[in-house]
Amino acid sequence: MNLHLKVWRQKNPATKGALVSYEARNIPEDCSFLEMLDLVNEDLLSRGEEPIAFDHDCREGICGMCSLTINGIPHGPSETTTCQLYMRKFKDGQTIYIEPFRASAFPLLRDLAVNRSAFDRIQQAGGFISAHVGAAPDGNAILVPKTDADHAMEAAACIGCGACAAACPNASAMLFVGAKVTHLAALPQGQPERERRVLAMVRRMDAEGFGNCSNYLECEAVCPAEISTTVIGQLNRDYAHALAKESL
Amino acid sequence: MNLLTKLWRSSIGKKWLVAFTGLALLGFVLAHLLGNLQMFSGAEKINAYAEFLKANEKPLWLARIGLIVCFVTHIVATLSLVRMNRAARPDAYALKRSVQAKISTRSMALSGLTVLCFVVFHLAHYTLRLTDSRFKVEAEGGLLKSAHDVYNMVIMGFQNPLISSFYILSVGLLSLHLSHGISSVFQTLGLETKRSSIWMPKAAALIALLLFAGYASIPAAVLSGLLK
Ligand code: HEM
Ligand code: FES
Repeated sequence: MNLHLKVWRQKNPATKGALVSYEARNIPEDCSFLEMLDLVNEDLLSRGEEPIAFDHDCREGICGMCSLTINGIPHGPSETTTCQLYMRKFKDGQTIYIEPFRASAFPLLRDLAVNRSAFDRIQQAGGFISAHVGAAPDGNAILVPKTDADHAMEAAACIGCGACAAACPNASAMLFVGAKVTHLAALPQGQPERERRVLAMVRRMDAEGFGNCSNYLECEAVCPAEISTTVIGQLNRDYAHALAKESL
Repeated sequence: MNLLTKLWRSSIGKKWLVAFTGLALLGFVLAHLLGNLQMFSGAEKINAYAEFLKANEKPLWLARIGLIVCFVTHIVATLSLVRMNRAARPDAYALKRSVQAKISTRSMALSGLTVLCFVVFHLAHYTLRLTDSRFKVEAEGGLLKSAHDVYNMVIMGFQNPLISSFYILSVGLLSLHLSHGISSVFQTLGLETKRSSIWMPKAAALIALLLFAGYASIPAAVLSGLLK
């Protein structure tokens, strides 16, 4: 198939970028979106032009490294990551806009690659449990009801790709932070640091310059891990509870 | 540092302030509607209600001050949130599709600011009575039988189609604001569940629609000659 691409090109953070048109020719329907970009890049290289920079790693939907806002939707038209999006989702001759994930907290590095370490810093602020390492504990030493384990697992499915913030009109990271907070709040191991965790993560989130939730619900619509916005409700509740306890 | 300043300084805290003040304002909007609907029970009923309110000066002012504090907090907090949210996305997408965001959600600042303009006009119109020289007692050259002759004031006011239309448009936008707000508040306060997230938006839209029907019925009844 043949496609008209409009790709965001930008040399570095300091220069101005612009959409540049490319023709992608003879693209097999069964190749993935990233493979399509690989083919376009081969073509660019053969003509001595700079290839398009974009993020990717596992290419099997688990690492969260691929990004791209495709025709106005982060990760494009299927409910998966960009690496799991196949060209058969598009029509022959279609025009495709390819832009980076946009948020002030995700500074652009080059072309379509943005720096998402803000998520890592939020995670480092409290998205973990402090445990003394030693011999592996017995598997059933801490009993977790099945419903709680399922609830934790649903939230833990977040791969931290940043599509939520990219889709949100406010560039809010609250689906991501909500997922991390909900995951550990559902488990007994998460309880001792529960309040400290939510306070630290939300403060880091604000400091990184993310917006905040106005309940547009765009995030859950694009989340490849299908995280529900109920985790944002839990985040709101846990944060207010912890803040009240800290101040009163 | 006390709880209020901490709430103010955090994004989620500010949203809690918006939610609480929004709920208080919603309470007022409901109570005010019930008061106003007495227009349909005749002049004596609503005029006696007006007189009753004015006779209880202390509680009236207490409520008014509470409302002003809530209104100002609500507006200042939301505008500050809007500013933060704009700053979080400095470079716009060339092409951005929204997948499921509702119009009511996307127009919260616009509908809110229209309500603000409306409230200013409404206070000048029927509370301070600055816009219409007829809204004075006869002894002062107006057309009202007494200072509490709210009934005739409202009839005269809404007989002007321009003013009636502005009222109807404004309560329409208030209703749009609340069709998002009433369900959003539960999410902000962390009370939403998977199940309620399905029916809550519908219930909120229904309440907002009933509020619109209630408020719009008064200017509509005057314009159509049902109330005179
Ligand atoms: C009678 C007047 C008003 C009532 C009853 C009311 C009610 C509400 C309610 C219940 C919410 C939902 C809060 C939440 O999501 O937790 C809300 C949100 C909001 N209100 Fe109002 N409001 C009123 C006036 C205004 C005005 C005058 C403005 C002017 C700017 C305004 C701007 C907003 C905005 C921008 C939001 C969304 C905040 C966000 O989710 O980011 N409101 N309002
Ligand atoms: S590259 Fe790993 S999820 Fe897409």
